[in-house]
Formats: sequence, structure tokens, C-alpha cells
Amino acid sequence: MTEQLQPIHKRKGILGGLALAAVLFSLCWSLAVAPPDAYQGEVQRIMYLHLPSILIAYLSYFLVFVGSGLYLWKREKRDDILAHAAAELGVLFTALTIIEGSIWGRPTWGVWWTWDARLTLTAILLLIYVGYLMLRSLIEDENRAAVAAAVLGIIGFLDIPLIHMSVYWWRTLHQPPSILRPDKLPWENVHPSMLTALTISFVSFLLLYFYLLSLRYRMGEMRQEIIARRLERGA
Amino acid sequence: MTLLTQAFLLLWKDTLLELRRRDSLLTMFFFGILLLFVFNFAFDLAPDRIAEMAPGLLWLAFLFTGTLGLAQLFQAERENHNLDALLLSPLDGGALFLAKATFNLMLMVLVEIVVIPLFWILFNLRLWNLLPQVFLVTLLGTIGFCVLGTLMSALTLRARARELLLPLVLFPLMIPVILATIRCMEEVLRTGQFGDQIGWLRLLLGFDVIFLTAGVLIFDWVIES
Repeated sequence: MTEQLQPIHKRKGILGGLALAAVLFSLCWSLAVAPPDAYQGEVQRIMYLHLPSILIAYLSYFLVFVGSGLYLWKREKRDDILAHAAAELGVLFTALTIIEGSIWGRPTWGVWWTWDARLTLTAILLLIYVGYLMLRSLIEDENRAAVAAAVLGIIGFLDIPLIHMSVYWWRTLHQPPSILRPDKLPWENVHPSMLTALTISFVSFLLLYFYLLSLRYRMGEMRQEIIARRLERGA
Repeated sequence: MTLLTQAFLLLWKDTLLELRRRDSLLTMFFFGILLLFVFNFAFDLAPDRIAEMAPGLLWLAFLFTGTLGLAQLFQAERENHNLDALLLSPLDGGALFLAKATFNLMLMVLVEIVVIPLFWILFNLRLWNLLPQVFLVTLLGTIGFCVLGTLMSALTLRARARELLLPLVLFPLMIPVILATIRCMEEVLRTGQFGDQIGWLRLLLGFDVIFLTAGVLIFDWVIES
């Protein structure tokens, strides 16, 4: 058993090392190499954390949806562990996004928080998936919790486009996207070194994310092993 | 038996139970009226501002009373392992979902039929001619609430502290309905017609259809859990 696990540990260690190196590198790049913004000045550098965080959060919620669907379909425990792990990380990265956004919003807009469409949408996402985690933790039976959570994972994801539409009709104040615009190509409206910094930062976040996900996934597996051994001993 | 016959029989069972016990309807009804009184003390409801505040206040009242109903929705099934008995029978999960959602819809509509005119009387609103439009918006919103609410009520059925958990998971998901009904009703009360807010009605309709379909399809999994 231990011999089998050894290479997995090694691979995970490599991934962790890569993630650490990439995060440090992107930190240097976005703090020193990329130029400060023409209007916003130094505070704009938060974007290099802010944008990757929310993209990672969306990726996470997509993984929750995929894991939930697969679990309901095939009933394999690993899909449920994946959904659970992704949900936790999604909540973490959504919370980070909101905090970074507040720190940026205070000097730029003059307020920590405003009820703009995108901010509200992000906050609602946080609420939905905190509810998901609470639902899991409040159902004692492992399998029942897994099925209930999977259903909520699917419904929550189906609801996101509707919430998105409704809060956008309601109000919008957030600055329009400056990178992905329909009228211009990305490299035409942002300084190239900013775009590089953003790309580096996104890749480093991606590495970090998959490292954390693999750790969290392994934790879920270990919990299952403990439960299985307890059952064996009991029987 | 087809889906609809099964659903109708289940709905009839719940209606009979309710007629004999009158638990849910009476509590929801009085809670709704109680909320109107609390609003009166909580907000400064001046006659010139009441028309713009009415949609929000009414929807708060419906959300709270509706949640009371949802928390009780599977009470009969919880007692004496009745749910297990139901699941043993050759029953389509979709039928149970339709019956439960319709039952809660019935309760809420009964409450709304009383609470909305009462709101008009208590706060001296003069816009009686707009009641049909207000009811239409409320009905569409209430269908969405009951459909998604029934799903969530069943999901939290076996959780600890389920009455507390239910609004926690339900309300964030309900935000499209809350926004759509309130904006739509505001427009109706201000101008007398839906105007360019008609898009909200489509959103409500879409919400109802999506989660009604999803509910019928996945309810087997939901109650089995």
C-alpha cells in the first residue's frame, strides 16, 4: 500500500513545488515588471490576483457540477469527493475575490462594497456554495449527504445563468471588461506586459489550484479509508 | 397509473390531511397578517411612499410564510416512516414532487388572496384596479418559489436543524424570482402596466419551467437520499 502511494506523493510534491515557484515568479512579475496603470496607479496591480481568483472560482463551481452529475449517474465515491473538494476551494477563492475586490474598490470607487451586478453575483455564489457545504455537514449519513449535495450542486449551477441575468438587469456599475472585449483583441487594449503578467498569474493560480485540489481530494479519500477500516474492525 | 393521476391522488391525500388538521394553512395565514403589523412598526410607511414599498414588503411576507409551509411540507411523511411506505409503493418520484409543489402553491395562494387585499386596506392603497396584474406577477413568482422550495425541502429532509437549513440553501437560489417579482410589481404600481419590465415576466416563466422540469426529472434521487 505504502509503496503504491510513494509515486503519487512524489508527483504531488512536484506539483506543489511548481505552484510555489510559479506564484513567486508571478508575484515578482506583477509587482515589478508590469507597469502601473495610467489612471489607477499601483492599486491596479490587485487585478493580477483578482481576475485569476474569480476565474478559478468559476472553474471550481463547474467541477462541482461535473462531479455531482457523474456521482448521480455512476455512484462512484471519487466523483463525490471531487465535488466536495471543488466546492470548498470554490468558496475559498470566491471569498478571496470579494476581499481583494474590496481592497481595490476602497481607493478606486471610494467604497468597500457597492451593490453592483458583478459584486452581487459573486456574493450570491458564495452564499449558495456555503449553503452547499452546510447541507453536507448537517446530514449524518454519508451516502445521503452525497446524493443531496450532488442534487444541490446541479441545481445551484443551473441557477447561475438566471441569477446572472437578473442581477445584470437590475443594475450594473462595475467597469466593463477591459481584457475580453468584443470590439478589440486582448493585446490591442492592454499593455502587453500587463497581459503577460495576467497570464503568468493565471497559470500560477491554476497550478496552485490543482495542487490544493489534489491535497483536498486525497484528504477525502483518506476519510473514506478510515470509515472503511472502522467498518471492517466493527464487523 | 399515469404521472398526473398519481400526483392528483397524493395531492388529495395532503388536502384531506390539511382539512382535518389545519396546521399549515392557519399558521401561515396568521403569520402573514402578523408580518403586516410588524412592517407597520418597523418602517415609516407614509401614504405617499407606500406604493413603492408595497412590492418588497409583500414579497418579504410571502417568502417567510412560504418557508413556514415548506418546513411543514413533508411532516406527514416524516411521521411513522410514512415516507418509506410511499417509496415502497410503485410511485413515480415526479408525481410526488408535483403533488407537494402544488399543495404548497395552494396554501400560499390562499394566503396571498387574503394578505394582498388586506395590505391594500391596512395601508390605504387606492390602486384596486391593478390587483389582477399584481396577482399575476405574484402567482408566477409563487410557482417558482414552490417548485424550487419543494426540491430544497426534500433535500433537507434528513438533515439536522433542517428548518434552519432550508432558508439558508433556498433564499440565495431564489434571488432571480425575488428580483423579478419586485421590479415587475413596482412598475405595475407606478405606471399601471408592465411596460419595458415585461422581460422580468419572461424570466419568471423561464425559472418556473426550468425548475419544474428539473424537479420532475430528479425527484427520484432527491427523496431516495
